Amino acid sequence: MARITLSGLAHSYLPRPKVPQDYALKRIDHEWEDGAAYALLGPSGCGKTTLLNIISGLLRPSEGRILFGATDVTDMATAERNIAQVFQFPVVYDTMTVYENLAFPLRNRGLKGPAADARVREIARMIGMEDRLDQKARGLTADAKQKISLGRGMVREDVNAILFDEPLTVIDPHMKWELRTQLKALHRQFGHTMIYVTHDQTEALTFADKVVVMTEGEVVQIGTPAELFERPAHTFVGYFIGSPGMNLLPATVEGSRARLEGGEVALTRAYPALSGQVEIGVRPEFVRLGSEGLPVEIRRVEDVGRHKIVRAALAGRALDIVAPEGAAIPAEPRVRFEPGAVNVYADGWLVEGTPREREAA
Amino acid sequence: MSEKPVNHRAWFMVLPVVALVAFSAVLPLMTVVNYSVQDTFGNNQFFWAGTDWFEQILSDPRIHNAFLRQILFSGIVLIIQVPLGVYIALHMPKKGVWASVCLILMALPLLIPWNVVGTIWQIFGRVDIGLLGKTLASLGIDYNYTQNPIDAWVTIIVMDVWHWTSLVALLAYAGLRSIPDAYYQAAKIDQASRWAVFRYIELPKMKGVLLIAILLRFMDSFMIYTEPFVVTGGGPGNSTTLLSIDLVKMAIGQFDLGPAAAFSIVYFLIILLLSWVFYTVMTAEDAKEAKQ
Repeated sequence: MARITLSGLAHSYLPRPKVPQDYALKRIDHEWEDGAAYALLGPSGCGKTTLLNIISGLLRPSEGRILFGATDVTDMATAERNIAQVFQFPVVYDTMTVYENLAFPLRNRGLKGPAADARVREIARMIGMEDRLDQKARGLTADAKQKISLGRGMVREDVNAILFDEPLTVIDPHMKWELRTQLKALHRQFGHTMIYVTHDQTEALTFADKVVVMTEGEVVQIGTPAELFERPAHTFVGYFIGSPGMNLLPATVEGSRARLEGGEVALTRAYPALSGQVEIGVRPEFVRLGSEGLPVEIRRVEDVGRHKIVRAALAGRALDIVAPEGAAIPAEPRVRFEPGAVNVYADGWLVEGTPREREAA
Repeated sequence: MSEKPVNHRAWFMVLPVVALVAFSAVLPLMTVVNYSVQDTFGNNQFFWAGTDWFEQILSDPRIHNAFLRQILFSGIVLIIQVPLGVYIALHMPKKGVWASVCLILMALPLLIPWNVVGTIWQIFGRVDIGLLGKTLASLGIDYNYTQNPIDAWVTIIVMDVWHWTSLVALLAYAGLRSIPDAYYQAAKIDQASRWAVFRYIELPKMKGVLLIAILLRFMDSFMIYTEPFVVTGGGPGNSTTLLSIDLVKMAIGQFDLGPAAAFSIVYFLIILLLSWVFYTVMTAEDAKEAKQ
């Protein structure tokens, strides 16, 4: 096991990339801590799989280095890196039995005997296939095959990291939950570094200690689920994470006041003069519907059980509000934003600002 | 699966095909059957011969020998061409210009008519003017396919390998190209050796097309006539007289129509039987697994 360092890493599928758009993966410097569980979250085509394949050595990056611990592995073959990876679609060795499939990575490393046998059986129990060990793999259903793929990924104990490339896409929802829980359990038990690629935010947020959010080949934020929720570093993170996503409203910010089309909002931080496209972002969970504040127009109310999602408009701009289950919708609705929950963005990126001195104190 | 509706009137749809096959295959075959059970001395006069010709053919050492030579020929050809074809397919470029160039070069021998192939090798191997024959002679190797049975055999086998290995290679290549990249990636992750990749990924995925390749090559090589006939004419002596060459000698050379007709039928049944055995044995495993 080792810490994985990406240094000045970038990749383009073109032979001579020029503009930033030519890069499938834009320059990234990052350290994956040893033993942590990461999720790599982003929409399809954002470069997640590219990054994963570079780490496992299936792809050689066009720029930059990768280090496992202190060893430079950039030019090392996949097999030498001793890494496990589970792919989106099931890969099983058709002619082998379930047992042989699971034992294959061990056998290739020369591991045999009772220890290997015990390990295979343990993994088989974990994926719920211990009663089908002698069956040929080819006749199995897609989700059974994917469970074997997962099992093969987890069977080696000495791997540097386990990479998952949207492994639960073909698994049915009930089993998804169970397998994800087991992956977490496995992580706690063995402490492998795990990197889990997904475009499903629930999957990412429940699995990972730290979530890496990517879009258009670029890492926009690395943080804990709470950080992503409370302080999205980029407007993309704001609306990609959360259901519904963060409300973004164009504004002009002067000091600690933001002026919107529908009125003014007080901020808890002070900001310097900002250039470019300035927006304020506030999560629907932090918008309070009542009879004070900025006037809004209600368009639709969706009852999702535990709470209501109110689709409203503030001076013509869409504004989502999460209201408690029993909340009444006022006749002349107005909204207030929770202090401290309003973030300011310039050209998409979060502006930190400086905490305002307490006026009352 | 839901139950299929049964409608016997559907058989009428098959009638045109049955009629066509009757004219192109069944009727000619019946003529042969007709000859095989009768004797004739010309003038369209026929005498009933029963199974005499069959008994004669089946106990004829000349035909036994031709049969053994045929088995040997097909066996050698399969043993060389199948692994060689697979080997070539594994080493062909996977994409780009060179893949196309390779495919065209590989397909060329398949496009050459049989008698031209025979003529090419007949001249190629000649000691007096042929490039191969003369080169071997100047290297001090005593090679002469018209005199030496071993040389004759080597020549017709090398010729068949040259002519037909491409077919196996192209079929195997098609099988290999249908394997998704993910399999190779997974094998790298699992640290599989090159041999394991071949044994557990490539070979199982190629099995279907290889089965077809083996069947085609077996049937074709078992029926081969033109090329060895052009090169060696069955000689020296009878050393390269394969079944079809022997059959033509008997039917057209000696004009023994009765025995030749019986011979044809036995020949046909042998190919049918062996092809069936091949196919059954090779698909038996599939059937067994399907039942699981």
